Amino acid sequence: MANANPAMEKGSRLSFKLDLQSYTLILALIIIAIIFSVFTGGEFLSSRNLSNLFTQMSVIAVLAIGMTLVIVAGHIDLSVGSIVGLTGGIAAMLQVWQGWSTPLVVLAAIIIGALIGLWQGWWVAYRAVPAFIVTLGGMLIFRGILIGLSDGQTISSLDPSFKNIGTKYLPYLPGYVIVAIAIVLLVAFTMNSRKSKKNMGLLLMPAMVDYGKVVIYSVILIAITYMLNRYYGVPVPFLIVIIVALAFVFITNKTAFGRRIYAIGGNPEAAALSGINIKKNTLSVFIIMGALAGVAGVLLTARLNAATVSAGDSYELDAIAACVIGGTSLMGGKGKIIGALIGALIMASIDNGMSMMNIGAFWQYIVKGLILILAVWVDIVSKNK
Amino acid sequence: MLRQVTYEGGGKMNDLVLEMKNITKDFSGIKALDNVTFSVRKGEIHALCGENGAGKSTLMKVLSGVYPSGTYSGSIFLNNKEMNFKNIKESQDAGITIIYQELALVGEMTVAENLFIGHDLMRAPIIDWNEIYRQAIVALKRVRLDIDPQTKVSDLTVGKQQLIEIAKALTKQPEVLILDEPTAALTESDVSILIKLLNELRDQGVSCIYISHKLSEVLELADSVTILRDGRTISTDEISECSEESIITKMVGRELTELFPYEEREIANEEVLRVENYTSYDKSGKKIVSDINFNVKKGEIVGFSGLMGAGRSELFISLFGGMNGKKEGTVKIDGKTTNIKSPANAISEGLAYVSEDRKRYGLILGMDITKNTTLIALNKVMKLNIIDKALEVNAAQQITERMKLKAANLDIEVGKLSGGNQQKIVLSKWIMNNPKLLILDEPTRGIDVGAKYEIYKIINELAQQGVGIVLISSELPEVLGMSDRVIVMSEGKITGELSRKEATQEKIMVCATGGGSRG
Repeated sequence: MANANPAMEKGSRLSFKLDLQSYTLILALIIIAIIFSVFTGGEFLSSRNLSNLFTQMSVIAVLAIGMTLVIVAGHIDLSVGSIVGLTGGIAAMLQVWQGWSTPLVVLAAIIIGALIGLWQGWWVAYRAVPAFIVTLGGMLIFRGILIGLSDGQTISSLDPSFKNIGTKYLPYLPGYVIVAIAIVLLVAFTMNSRKSKKNMGLLLMPAMVDYGKVVIYSVILIAITYMLNRYYGVPVPFLIVIIVALAFVFITNKTAFGRRIYAIGGNPEAAALSGINIKKNTLSVFIIMGALAGVAGVLLTARLNAATVSAGDSYELDAIAACVIGGTSLMGGKGKIIGALIGALIMASIDNGMSMMNIGAFWQYIVKGLILILAVWVDIVSKNK
Repeated sequence: MLRQVTYEGGGKMNDLVLEMKNITKDFSGIKALDNVTFSVRKGEIHALCGENGAGKSTLMKVLSGVYPSGTYSGSIFLNNKEMNFKNIKESQDAGITIIYQELALVGEMTVAENLFIGHDLMRAPIIDWNEIYRQAIVALKRVRLDIDPQTKVSDLTVGKQQLIEIAKALTKQPEVLILDEPTAALTESDVSILIKLLNELRDQGVSCIYISHKLSEVLELADSVTILRDGRTISTDEISECSEESIITKMVGRELTELFPYEEREIANEEVLRVENYTSYDKSGKKIVSDINFNVKKGEIVGFSGLMGAGRSELFISLFGGMNGKKEGTVKIDGKTTNIKSPANAISEGLAYVSEDRKRYGLILGMDITKNTTLIALNKVMKLNIIDKALEVNAAQQITERMKLKAANLDIEVGKLSGGNQQKIVLSKWIMNNPKLLILDEPTRGIDVGAKYEIYKIINELAQQGVGIVLISSELPEVLGMSDRVIVMSEGKITGELSRKEATQEKIMVCATGGGSRG
């Protein structure tokens, strides 16, 4: 404790802070799960349905991850639904009409998404046109291009290898192996972080808390994998979501780029005077959003085994809603990837659960709309306390 | 010290317009106000002084109904009648009007619209604009503003906007007018208009509660002064019995031996910064500063004085690469000519710029303390381009301890801290990057005496370590008290340069008003 000031130390007890927001979110998810389980006689939480649910949420989840970055940076992207449609459509066209191989097609979709992001980001960052306008325009432009290129046709019967991306499962054994590795890493990271904090004389959470978290995460991981393995295993789209999410949790928490996005969204003027290049970073955010929309386009086309002109229609709203439910502030500067994932899961659960209960589709819109408003209201109330 | 005698209870022959008795307000267990008693006589200007966090704002929020009756204990009497305000409207209707530190005008609306927002005139089914303009002119006359009520508020200077705030408050015909740091953003001439106006209001029988950190103003203007410290009333005195020192002593609860902890230093003859024939234009090509020549040596504190709009901040924002516009002249750092095009360039050259508006240009208010302090020197807490959380927290902890930051822990959002602590965080983030030249633009604006003193000590300490320091300040005592050398600017030009020995308030003012010569 070479340089620890006693006054500081006394004040800064690292109490086990209840992060109200994330807990209300998880609580909401649990309540939704319980309600649907009751009304479907437990069918909602069956292995088969969980597998479906995670597959269904994957497209919106990937979009919501990118959207979190965009919103945190203080912008919005209304065009992602159209980009999903366009990139997924081009992927199908290249494969069905031109006979491209699946890896090339996937790559093409992601690159086209990134280029679209470059176009929109350039307008936003270097031409100072509000993102709302640029992407509202983009929403029309890219849908128009899709209709033009596909001539309004549905393009179907893709190569099985493409279809697999949306429909295959990870076999049982690799699933458990990955979970085991993840748990080992989790323990190793926790130990390492505790050790270096201790070396520097920083305050430590009680070991119970740190390792308790590890135990909880591990139990959740094992439970989900077990449930999914009881069906056919972990769905590939869900696996992709997990990989993308991990990458962006890392980027937002551990890289200078991530930190800068939060700074820019929180206060662009202060960020600029702190030497942060606003334009370049904003451009990067839109490129990432575009590329992720490309990934989502691939997932959607693969799952449906077809590309239609209306694919991805209004997905931007679901993605934005997932972010907002997950606690991302539309004012910029605040938001978490995990929140967006849970938000996407809540949205997908409502769709899934209500269809299982045979409630008219119109009700899904109404309920999702109400939940969006409710989520933000809860957020505001909890902040004012 | 408590002069309770003349203010005793709601007696018959008192001329008290307002009495607040035994006010206690706590926020989840922490007492912000502890049995505070505060009274104001009719037609007096009553100053309310205390450090940030002493409870001034909380007390005024209780009075103005922001904290409704029932959320605090104690009682409020207005003209000997007990009041229980449930909201701001009720306190306003009773005759209490507050003008906040931050202007609450709508910039895109006209003066008349701003004056009568929420007024009955605006609520009529069909708005009678002629009547509004007629009354607006009357209201503007009262504050001696000769402007067209159709002017857009954003086209006016901050000083005029402040007067419009007062005019707006007067349309509500208050008995008690609360002014929270009204002169923080005003120029000298605007301040004198304001002071004249408040004196007139006093003669008309309006009572004013005047909150200010500028004690010279308090002494000049107020009739009596109440001092709060740590949520308690320390004293209420006639102003004739007070001096600046006695007020400060009561505010901080200890004797401050000296206001400015200046220390004599040997200054090496090594230049950190040399600016030659520097002229800078803004985006539209307008000249902002012209023909600037000066230098800053290692370990030297160079004060920059001048009136508002003299171009001091603009000069340094431009040097720092924060202005898009043409520049001419030479800028040398450590003897090497540089071409700074952006703040990123400036930072890598070893410059640091602490802005005069910390909330707007200094901090990410929604971010926690740790992340704000490491924003610039982020590479110092990264390993293999990955942020190392333990390193980061450690670095933040060390620097904030050095700055004597007072915060419960480092994951508090900086927006929730007091002005003094926020300023310490801005300093932390720049100092963490070990600058060669630290530019401080009004570093103690709106900060209480205790924190001010700590910031001065930090400035000294850095100078001792050889950091060149530019101290831009509108407070003459601060410039005189802290600087080794004072440079005075007027209308975009340097009009005077005075050594510590030569510099006096009078000489600086002569140069600042354009009458000086370089000497």
